[in-house]
Amino acid sequence: MLFYDTELRSRLMLGTAQYPSPDVLAEAVRASGTELVTVSLRREGSSAQGGVTAGQSFWSLIRGLGVRVLPNTAGCHSVREAVTTAQMAREVFGTDWIKLEVIGESDTLTPDVFGLVEAARILTEDGFRVFPYTTEDLVVAERLLRAGCEVLMPWGAPIGSGRGLNNPWALRALRAHFPEVPLVVDAGIGLPSQAAAAMEMGYDAILLNSAVAQAGDPVAMARAFRLAIEAGQAARLADPMEPREMASPSTPVLGRAFV
Amino acid sequence: MTTPLSVLVRGGGVAGLCCAVTLAERGVAVTLAEAGPAIGSGASWKAGGMLAPWCEAENAPPGLTEMALPSLDWWRRQVPDTRAAGTLVLALGRDAGELNRMARRTTGHQTLDGAGIAALEPELDGRFGRGLFFPGEAHLDPRRALPALAERLGALGGRVILRQPDLPPGRFDRVVDARGIAAQAVLPALRGVRGEMLLMRAHGVALHRPIRLLHPRYPVYLVPRDDGVFMLGATMIESEERGPPRLRSMMELMSAAFALHPALAEAEILEIAADLRPSFGDNMPRLDTAGDIVHVNGMFRHGYLLAPALAVRLADALLGPRPA
Ligand SMILES: Cc1cc2nc3c(=O)[nH]c(=O)nc-3n(C[C@H](O)[C@H](O)[C@H](O)COP(=O)(O)OP(=O)(O)OC[C@H]3O[C@@H](n4cnc5c(N)ncnc54)[C@H](O)[C@@H]3O)c2cc1C
Repeated sequence: MLFYDTELRSRLMLGTAQYPSPDVLAEAVRASGTELVTVSLRREGSSAQGGVTAGQSFWSLIRGLGVRVLPNTAGCHSVREAVTTAQMAREVFGTDWIKLEVIGESDTLTPDVFGLVEAARILTEDGFRVFPYTTEDLVVAERLLRAGCEVLMPWGAPIGSGRGLNNPWALRALRAHFPEVPLVVDAGIGLPSQAAAAMEMGYDAILLNSAVAQAGDPVAMARAFRLAIEAGQAARLADPMEPREMASPSTPVLGRAFV
Repeated sequence: MTTPLSVLVRGGGVAGLCCAVTLAERGVAVTLAEAGPAIGSGASWKAGGMLAPWCEAENAPPGLTEMALPSLDWWRRQVPDTRAAGTLVLALGRDAGELNRMARRTTGHQTLDGAGIAALEPELDGRFGRGLFFPGEAHLDPRRALPALAERLGALGGRVILRQPDLPPGRFDRVVDARGIAAQAVLPALRGVRGEMLLMRAHGVALHRPIRLLHPRYPVYLVPRDDGVFMLGATMIESEERGPPRLRSMMELMSAAFALHPALAEAEILEIAADLRPSFGDNMPRLDTAGDIVHVNGMFRHGYLLAPALAVRLADALLGPRPA
């Protein structure tokens, strides 16, 4: 699968926050088979005062994982904050990939889609490859593509809620409207079965964090998600049978009365 | 009579002091050099002082509880103020699921209903329907415990020298490096995990034990001290920035405290502070020997909980296992 000209074979993308320890994080990354991890710059150590050195120890751990890094702008509440954080991320990790989050509501961490589109435009013009964390709204998706995004990352449910796919119908619609755009379900996944369901719908990848980090055994859970995502994708490629509407009788059944 | 082993301990935080006292109790001539103007110039001064072998196991490698258990007796022996009142764990309305998780992943607790909670903490009557109580846990006030250890070291014939960052090791048989995050230059695997805290005085608020409020993003705890003082902590951020606490962090801590017990709204803020927890990759402490130097470091969020255990390992390493 190509994300901005880069081939990623694993369809699992993993967040790096909230693990019991860096060692557990590293093992979970290995068990997940992921080729891409996201890391937050804002929460983990950046500030005008601390500069770009405050998070160095953690960031070098992340670099040492041996997989591609997708820095994110988690915790940014305005376009300006998000843009500045993205620029800092480019400097720290030497990548023009950025997972763009602009938060509109701090309790549910709902994206501010207006700010998101604006920040996406500014960053693409500045040469960034933007992975926008968005809702399942079709029109917003359209605007993000117009702003230069070549990947969309709609939420399954609010960040950290573990509620799965809140609006499967809209997620399906998004897939159907943008058959050529790489689509990643980002946030809200709590169980491997939910990740498999999104892959069966035709999503290209799943981005996870809490579901793995906050499991009792993050390494085992990382493995479980790897298997589920592979299963979901294999099922999609295998062209599943159509479910049949058995509640309304239509064809005559031999030897039984029908209406 | 043989001359006692002489040991220089660098660092007067909880790690250095626990090592110094344990060695002195076993006949070692200890000199403790602290760079700062007072003992406890580092992270140890900002700690909550919770001794929570069961609660802390939730997110730690197996074996933490067992390693930590002897610390409870150790502190009670060294610091008579240590209180064994248990820990109360609560969650607000929609976070109640967090209590299930905590209950599944820990041992040493009992489940309480609202009446059970009120029996322990009458001021919380009617505010929480369910909680977990860890009766075996304890807490202390670091700002009393560390001076008590320094005094004990003096009584055992040891010396404390302040403002002494580079005492030459020449005169000593061995050196124990317990400088916390300052040892990063020689221990490259060490990283700092930033923690922010707040001290307040709430006149007339009576809570008797550490209370943990579970939350998926902002877990906080409140530890009662004497004279109506409470320590409210703590953030855990993968950052090595040592600057003052941030408004966002303080808001998270204070909102949680207010939600726990609205009477805390009138508390006087005495101090806010931030420091770095010295941590290794598995977030567990260890001894590292390099020539004549033994490093005691990586206490992470468990300096009070685990330093006594590390001190015993250190003493065994330097002196041979203690005869039973
Ligand atoms: C907000 C917060 C809350 C916490 N709550 C708890 C808790 O409830 N329970 C618990 O068990 N743990 C808790 N911790 C963790 C605990 O504070 C740490 O694990 C512990 O303090 C680390 O102790 P230390 O002695 O290794 O480091 P420090 O306390 O930092 O001590 C190192 C000392 O070395 C000195 N030093 C530096 N350079 C030199 C030099 N060249 N020569 C001599 N001395 C030098 C420093 O001045 C300092 O005094 C908390 C931490 C924080 C930040």
